[in-house]
Amino acid sequence: MTTISSAERGPSLASLWLFGVTFIAVLPLLNAFGVVSDYYLNLFGKYLALAILALGLDLLWGYAGVLSLGQAIFFGVGAYSIGMSMLLTSAGKGVYGEAIPDFMVWNQVTHLPLFWKPYRSVLFAVASAILLPALLAALIGLVTFRRQLRGTYFAILSQAIAFAVWLMLNRNEMRLGGTNGLTDFKSILGFSLADPGTHRVLYVVTAIALLLALLAGRWLVRSKMGLVLEAIRDNERRLEFLGYDPARFKILAFAISATLAGVAGLLYAPQVGIITPSQVGVLPSLEVVIWVAFGGRGSLWGAVIGAVSINWLRSVLTASYPTLWPIILGALFVTVVMLFPQGLMGLVRRLASVRGRRRLPTGEPMAAPGIREPTS
Amino acid sequence: MAVGKILSGLALLGLIGVGAGATWAAPAPAAQLDRLAMRLTDPIQQRAAIQELGQLDDAAVEPLLRALKDGALYRAQGQLVLLGEDGSVQNIRGRPAVDAQGAPLTIESGQEPVALDESLFGMVQSILQRLEIFSTKAATRKSAALKLGNSRDPTAIPVLSRALGREGQPDIRAVLDEGLAKLRLGAAEPAARIAAVQFLARSRSEAALAQLRSLTADDPDPGVRAAAREAQRSLESYVGIRGLVGYLFNGVSLGAVLLLMSLGLAVTFGLMGIINMAHGEMLMIGSYTAYVVQEIFALRWPAHQDTYFFVALPLSFVVAGLVGFALEGTVIRFLYGRPLETLIVTWGIGLILQQAARLWFGDQTSVNSPTWLRGGPEVMPGLVFPWSRLFIVGLAVAALAALWLLLQRTYSGLKVRAVMQNRAMASSLGVSTRRIDAVTFALGTALAGVAGCALSLIGTVDPEVGKTYIVDSFMVVVLGGVGQLMGTVVAAFGLGLVNKLLEPAIGGTAAAVYAKVAVLLIVIWFLQWRPTGLFPQRGRAATEAPSGA
Repeated sequence: MTTISSAERGPSLASLWLFGVTFIAVLPLLNAFGVVSDYYLNLFGKYLALAILALGLDLLWGYAGVLSLGQAIFFGVGAYSIGMSMLLTSAGKGVYGEAIPDFMVWNQVTHLPLFWKPYRSVLFAVASAILLPALLAALIGLVTFRRQLRGTYFAILSQAIAFAVWLMLNRNEMRLGGTNGLTDFKSILGFSLADPGTHRVLYVVTAIALLLALLAGRWLVRSKMGLVLEAIRDNERRLEFLGYDPARFKILAFAISATLAGVAGLLYAPQVGIITPSQVGVLPSLEVVIWVAFGGRGSLWGAVIGAVSINWLRSVLTASYPTLWPIILGALFVTVVMLFPQGLMGLVRRLASVRGRRRLPTGEPMAAPGIREPTS
Repeated sequence: MAVGKILSGLALLGLIGVGAGATWAAPAPAAQLDRLAMRLTDPIQQRAAIQELGQLDDAAVEPLLRALKDGALYRAQGQLVLLGEDGSVQNIRGRPAVDAQGAPLTIESGQEPVALDESLFGMVQSILQRLEIFSTKAATRKSAALKLGNSRDPTAIPVLSRALGREGQPDIRAVLDEGLAKLRLGAAEPAARIAAVQFLARSRSEAALAQLRSLTADDPDPGVRAAAREAQRSLESYVGIRGLVGYLFNGVSLGAVLLLMSLGLAVTFGLMGIINMAHGEMLMIGSYTAYVVQEIFALRWPAHQDTYFFVALPLSFVVAGLVGFALEGTVIRFLYGRPLETLIVTWGIGLILQQAARLWFGDQTSVNSPTWLRGGPEVMPGLVFPWSRLFIVGLAVAALAALWLLLQRTYSGLKVRAVMQNRAMASSLGVSTRRIDAVTFALGTALAGVAGCALSLIGTVDPEVGKTYIVDSFMVVVLGGVGQLMGTVVAAFGLGLVNKLLEPAIGGTAAAVYAKVAVLLIVIWFLQWRPTGLFPQRGRAATEAPSGA
């Protein structure tokens, strides 16, 4: 089996410093002096939140080789958690002035459903956005990885779960706003969302969260566990023979990636102001995969660059060619995987390796473990 | 002479009546009709006259009252005449009105019609409705019989009995019988009520259930109560059994749909190990092929509209197969052995096809079932199996049989199995594995095309049709175990039955959604103790199964 020497041991500290200075200090300063408009700062805040989502999948897929097609579920848990909390803290300020969110008034719900009540506390909402995805992922991991459901089987099952969640969220009976989702947020932690200052703070918080996630990811992939994850990707069976329990590591990696997805949702919803089931279904889950594949699987920067660039592309293109976007997205799926299996970062690395050292082996990094033994 | 003419005219009328299924009894004494008709013109006697006319057994009553209601009833030279829409003037017997000299009567312009008291308008209306039971149109008679039977109005009993005496069509006779029995539930004598109750129980009249329940509870006579209780119990158990049969049929029908969708996937995913996420779009291509063929037929050969389906079915097989062939040759062949990448690429292709269809055909189109697939046999009273569903069950079985014969009983099938089981060995024995791969994949997508064409009969044709089916199809194949047709069959019908039996158990408006979610949970739970599906492959091939298990 070809080993994947192309996977990074995490981003360099210098690049993280550069990122931190640029996005946490310089960009907000430029905004303060009016060089960068509030609109673009908000847009970047959105992209950086989605980059956290991509980072989570990259840790799982790029390093452990487990492709989850249900990341948007966890993103949704994070976004809906904070959304519920924001709706409840602004209770009474809706169109109807009722103590319950407006959509419940439309649906003839008179009392706040029980599961909404704890979300009156922002602390609970944040905890639910971070811990609930991890719990869910651990549960899904338990019933799949522990039972040898892996590779494509896991991918298909995770997609089916995403489909089921999407079906349920669309129903009004779930008391989560049905197809319209949650929207019309007024304030977060007492700060009005109409105020650009709040959005500035949200942006900085998002950038810091992404930096922390990158640092944590760097630590993870450089740790022994990171090595084990890569070993799972490259040859799970051999790792088993060495006495490891791959399922345990996969569950942990899945839970970590789900947590990051939840954090992404938590930061995304207040900045965008709406969360609907269409962001929680099958297609959004797959879009995360294409961000990571485009940027470069197995590279933390790759995930971030992929998420930001494709979302920027989408903002530009959906404005001018809305009907063509799905076709462009589909074409991206095909060309990236067929022609640039290592994504943008792979291209960069290949260019770098042309100058000087030997070329990196370009093997079949994706071959699911155990399918084909090396012919040599 | 004139009398002979009248007689032959009457005979003719009678013949027409027989032909239409409703025979008129001999008209009531003409004098009575004439007397009542004249009383209509007197405002004081109008109400009584209308009431009596309503009870009168005479075909002339209906046009007379209709003319009164529509303001087309006039007095001319001491006679009552009806002004037709074409300007003709007829007497109340429906023959051209003539005066004493035999000259045709005319109505002078400006003459006022016989006025109908406004307060009596509703009464006339309801009598006219009641008289619809004697209409020459079978459908009108049937709906009038149903309405009267449910009216709980005892005065309708003589009307219904009269109609029953003339009715020739058995299905309408059954409706009349049931209606009479239901009305007689309110009869004064307990014996009549018991007879009605027993009749309703025998004829499995579900519509009477509510009335029977109230009899069970409230009837003053204990004998009637007991009979009603008995009838209610037998009816309820019948309705329960029929419901179960209905759900079972729905389950089998859904199973056939799932099987049809999954057969292609059982080939591409099960046999070849290719995750084709564009499988749903191959289905969509089949649906759109049916749609296009239908449109072409409507344009070119509108007379043969019904036969379009015989062209569409094989054509969708060919079109989807060709698309699959092209897909394999340009994309999939480079991704063998890399299942996750195949998954992403094929999903992208599916996305492109979907959007292309949306741009080309618009958001929603639908295919009209051929007329020979509309309706269906009534297997039990109140339970119809639609022909289109039965057709899909038959098609699924036929497709399964054809695929099985192809794989197990032909030389080409042998080569396919050889390549899938041991590629290197088959290749060294001279089998062109490239060609086999391409043809096998094309076969899988072609089957999806057939499924899409068939499914267009029971659903809409839209770009998202593939999306709704893809998850289900994969569930079926995963549950069945890869590489086993038998597993796919059992999984498809199993999931179909479980889904449709769960729906009524869950109930409510969202039952379909929750049943689907429940089925998914059942699949995951099932895979806990049989991770390789219902019918796992054994031996060498198993270790190379795409799951890597």
